[in-house]
This record gives sequence, structure tokens and C-alpha cells, in this order.
Amino acid sequence: MTALPPDAPVIEARDLRKEFVVRVRAGRFRRTKRVVGAVDGIDLTVRRGEMIGYIGPNGAGKSTTLKMMTGVLSPSSGEVRVCGLPPVAQRVRLALRIGVVFGQRSQLWWDLPLRDSFDLLRHVYRVPAAEHAARLRRCRAELDLDGFLDIPVRQLSLGQRMRGELTAALLHGPEVLFLDEPTIGLDLVSRQAVRAFLAELGATGDTTLVLTTHDLADIERLCRRLVVIDHGRVVHDGSIEALHARYGSRRRVVADLEEPLAEPPVLPGAPLLRVEADGRRLVFACESATASEVVAGLARLVALRDIAIEEPDIEDVVARLYRAPAPTPAPTPAPAGDVAQGCSITSTAKVPGASAS
Amino acid sequence: MGSVTATVAPPIGRNIIPWFRTFAAITGSGFRRYSTYRQATVAGAFTNTVFGFLRCYVLLAVAAGAGGVAAGYSPAQLATFVWVGQGLLAVVLLWRWTDLADRIRTGEVASDLLRPVHPVVSYLATDLGRAGYALLTRFLPPVLTGLLFFDLVLPSRWQTVPLFVLSVGLAVVICFGCRFLVNATAYWLYDARGAMILWTLSSGVLAGLYFPLRFLPDWAAVPLWLATPFPSLLQTPLDVLVERDGAGIQAGMVGVQVLWAGLILLACRRVQRRAERKLVVQGG
Ligand SMILES: Nc1ncnc2c1ncn2[C@@H]1O[C@H](COP(=O)(O)OP(=O)(O)OP(=O)(O)O)[C@@H](O)[C@H]1O
Ligand SMILES: [Mg+2]
Repeated sequence: MTALPPDAPVIEARDLRKEFVVRVRAGRFRRTKRVVGAVDGIDLTVRRGEMIGYIGPNGAGKSTTLKMMTGVLSPSSGEVRVCGLPPVAQRVRLALRIGVVFGQRSQLWWDLPLRDSFDLLRHVYRVPAAEHAARLRRCRAELDLDGFLDIPVRQLSLGQRMRGELTAALLHGPEVLFLDEPTIGLDLVSRQAVRAFLAELGATGDTTLVLTTHDLADIERLCRRLVVIDHGRVVHDGSIEALHARYGSRRRVVADLEEPLAEPPVLPGAPLLRVEADGRRLVFACESATASEVVAGLARLVALRDIAIEEPDIEDVVARLYRAPAPTPAPTPAPAGDVAQGCSITSTAKVPGASAS
Repeated sequence: MGSVTATVAPPIGRNIIPWFRTFAAITGSGFRRYSTYRQATVAGAFTNTVFGFLRCYVLLAVAAGAGGVAAGYSPAQLATFVWVGQGLLAVVLLWRWTDLADRIRTGEVASDLLRPVHPVVSYLATDLGRAGYALLTRFLPPVLTGLLFFDLVLPSRWQTVPLFVLSVGLAVVICFGCRFLVNATAYWLYDARGAMILWTLSSGVLAGLYFPLRFLPDWAAVPLWLATPFPSLLQTPLDVLVERDGAGIQAGMVGVQVLWAGLILLACRRVQRRAERKLVVQGG
């Protein structure tokens, strides 16, 4: 085994690229070749114990990156090392040290019950029996597997299978976990169970996690670092807060009025974003004004029925990133005039006593 | 075939016991996986038995027409050839194995590559498990039926039974290798159906399923035996069992099988390595 120094990067990618040649129909019989740059020069360094959310719109190149990092796909150019190993050349050796879940495809044996699959994995990865049993016990408890351990995988529901997949990826105690949409198709309860489980795994600081998902709540719960890619390039690499700062996400104040107003009030430092409900609801962005200043200002000017303050929302800010026309390589602070639209109803914080007559 | 991987060569001596344990575990799982398909097993055994009657009557008629002995086989030897052949058909599994091609097409082959075992090794181990299960469930019914309804020959030499067992094992390995190679064309062609059809057509005739290859003149039979793996798939174990030739040739034919088994497995490993270099895992 390659012993890495403790602070060495677990994953390192330098100008990683993958191009696919696809044949597209051009006319009735003719076919022309077209080169698709699925991954277009990714640089990434991940250290031990980091949990990164690797996100991007459909077709951004996330799965392709993960395939190259796990050694099942050769890069067109560039360099990648995982646990100090070149993944394709040392695939078998690397396989012992990583755990992988590709949500859309099963790694379990279709005809075997989960119990048998897990047992087989113990032999395939040559895990000492006691270690294997301890890990399995933990997964059974936390992912609630006991109800379907003896059912062949082909008869499991998607969510049951996914919990099985996750267990299968963990039984050999991998150093790095690559999860490509692991919460796909899970119900709320299972999703929370999986998140809690991964959070606990991350808390120990030994396991490195690369998580791809379209459910940003997964990321919010688990990953302090967010790597956003688009068109095969990194467009953001940093914390969620940095992303909010970059796009100037602000809190918002939502005011419900007693009477619709013909002329909405003007508040300094808090531009009006929207008027809803036939003029009975006003939404302000807290730009340079604080939320309490906005509330106080409103209470002075209009008759309030109710008021709510909303936190900036990750979905909106990420959506704005996805919509951005050309990917910029490095994160740059947003210009001051870039006003927040990034808030949602999901994280609403009511201000007690803010109702005015 | 002694190493676990094509890309890394671990110190074999130290790893050989855990390696066999892993191999055995995968074989066991192959056995269990196929044992879940009971109905298919019953239907297959039934079909093979029915076709056994057809083939047996045809060959016995041919032998009768030739005045008792046809191509060096007595009627009892011919009947044994047919009935044991019907049983072996499912054990070596000439046809209907598309697992690898399907997994390449859907991209599920990625899961095979993510395991710390060389794909050729894990597919072979699985196939041996499958063959073991077929030996219990698909081999015995036609053979017992043949024993019940026809005059079969029993081995007269002491070495015949061990040679036959070895020969069947080698036939399974060679046939696995051929199927693996045929399936592996999907790595390049995306769809292995063309290669599969070609394989199905040629293997049935050239393995000795439709008629014993000894019906062919020597100038055709000998090169076929030495230069192609086909006779090693079915004809050889059957000739070994019915003692068609003297003890020397009987053992020599198994020797040819050993060579073919080694050659085919090397070819599989090589093809797999090439495929991995250009492999495109389908699907996101
Ligand atoms: N086998 C392939 N052959 C040709 N093009 C491919 C292949 N696999 C992926 N691509 C292309 O590469 C690009 C990136 O695909 P990839 O699967 O990595 O996206 P993704 O970020 O995982 O998207 P999603 O969120 O939809 O899973 C896409 O434009 C896709 O069409
Ligand atoms: Mg994907």
C-alpha cells in the first residue's frame, strides 16, 4: 500500500479532460463525427477527510469525472491521482481503497439476496471477518436493512437497493467514497437516514467523500466545500457561504399587508423585489439594510398583517450559477449592483411579534 | 491465469491461498445465482431430454444403415455419445450467454471493473459455479434417461473416469473463454449480436453436437481438432468417455484441451486489457 503523508491530497486532478467522439446523423445515410468535451480541464485537490459536493447541471461532466477518478474510464489528457495512485493503471489496487456508488446502476448481484452479496464482498475484498461483521452491523442498524436482507436484489425497491449499494460500498472500509447520486429515488425518511449516516462517517475525519447529487439539501447537510462544474469546467470551488457572497445572496423580508397598496413604499438599502397577491404581499431584499431595519421601516409606513424573514437559499444561488452564460474559471466577487434573487419559501423564519395592526 | 490482475502483479506465492478463497467464494455465488432459476432449469433439462431421443434414434438409424458400426462407434457408444452430450450441452453452455455483452452495452461492466479482482477471473469463477449447478441439475436427467431407455457403454479403463472429469472441466474453461471473447466484441462493436450468431452457427457443427466429428474424413477432422478449440468443447470429453480411441490418443486429446484452455484464457486477458484501454463506460 502506498502510505500517503497525512496532509497529502487524497485526490488530485490536473487539467483533467475527457472527450467523447459521437456519431451524429447528418442527413439520411451520412453520419458525421463530433467531439464532445465532457470534462474540459478540471483542477481539483481534495484532502483527507474532506467532504465535497460535486455538483452541476445535467451533462456537466460529473459522472464522467467520477468514472475517471475511479479508474473505469481513461482520461483523454491531464492527470489524476487518487490515494496517490493513477486510477486506470492501478485500478485493481485502488479498488481496495475506494468505495463507489453509481446511483443509476447496481453493483450488487442481481440474483442474490443482499446478505449473500455482502458475504461475497467480504471475500472479494478480503476483509477480516470481525471487521466486516462490525461494519455490516452498523449499516444494518443505521440504514435499516433488516427487513430485506434475504430478498434477491432484483426484487428490491429502488430505495432499498440504494441502501444496499451504500452498504456494499462501505464494507471494506474505503478511504475515499465516490457517490454519484446516492439519494436518487429515496423517500424522505431513507434520505435522512442516508444523510445522517454519511454525516457521521464524515465526522470521524478519516473518510473522504465526493458526493454528486441534484438534491442540494444533501450538500447543505454534508458538505462544507462545494465544487460546481458546468460544461466540464469548475465554475465554483469553495464554501456555500462563499457562493452566497459571490452572488450577493441576501436575506429577504416578506411583508403581508392589510390593504393592497397602489404605491409601494421605498426603503433605503432594501430594493423591492416583487409584489405578489394583488399587491398584498411585498418582498424586499436586505441589501445594505438589516432585516430589522426593513421591518421597522415597513411598520412605520404601512399596515402590516404578518411578516417573515427568509434565509438565502442554496437552490436559487446554484440555479443562477447554472444559468450563467460562460463559465468563468475562477470565483470572482459579484459586483455590488448584483441584487439577490436567491431566497425561497423553504427556510422561512417568522419574526415573533412582528405583526402590526 | 495465476495472477489476480493484469495491471498489477502481486507477489503470487504469498497471495495464492487468499486468492483461491476469493475464487471459491465467487464460484459459490455463481452456483447460488443460477440455482435461483428453477423453472428455467426444469424446462431446459426437459428439452434436452426430448432432443436426446430424436438425436439418438437418428444416429442409431445411421449406424444400422452402415451395418452396425459408424465412424468407429458401436451403437452403444453412439447412444452414450448422444445422451451424455445432451447433458454436457448445458454444463459447458455453448449458447445463450450474453452476460458480459449486456453489461458492456448498458455500462454495468463498470461495476465489474470497480472490484479488486480481474474481470476474466471473476467471470470464470462465476461460470465454474454455474457449470457446477448445471452438472447437478442439467447433466443427470438426460444421462439417467439414456441409461433407462438405451444400451449405454460403461468405461472399461480405470483412467477413463478421471480423464473424463478433467476433460469436462477443461471443456467448461475453454467454452467460457470462447464465450467471453465473443461477448467482448461488444467492447468495440457496441453490439455483440453478429459475433454471437457466427459463434452459434459454427460451434454447434464444429463441436460435435449435430454429429460426431469422426464422421468427417481425417484430413478435415485432425486440423479441426488441433487448430480450433471447437472439438475440445464437446467432442473430446465424449470421445474420452466412450473410449473411442486407444489410451494414448485418449490422454493426448485431453492434453490438446489443456493447451487450448491456456491459450484461450491468455487471449481473454489480452482482449480485456485492450478493451479497458479504450473502454467507454456507457450511461451517466
Ligand atoms: N459514453 C459517452 N459517449 C458520448 N458522450 C458521452 C458519454 N458519456 C457522457 N457523454 C457526454 O458527456 C457529457 C457529460 O456527461 P456526464 O454523464 O458526465 O454528465 P453528468 O454531469 O453526470 O450529468 P447528470 O447530472 O445528467 O448525471 C454529456 O454531454 C454527455 O452527453
Ligand atoms: Mg451523472
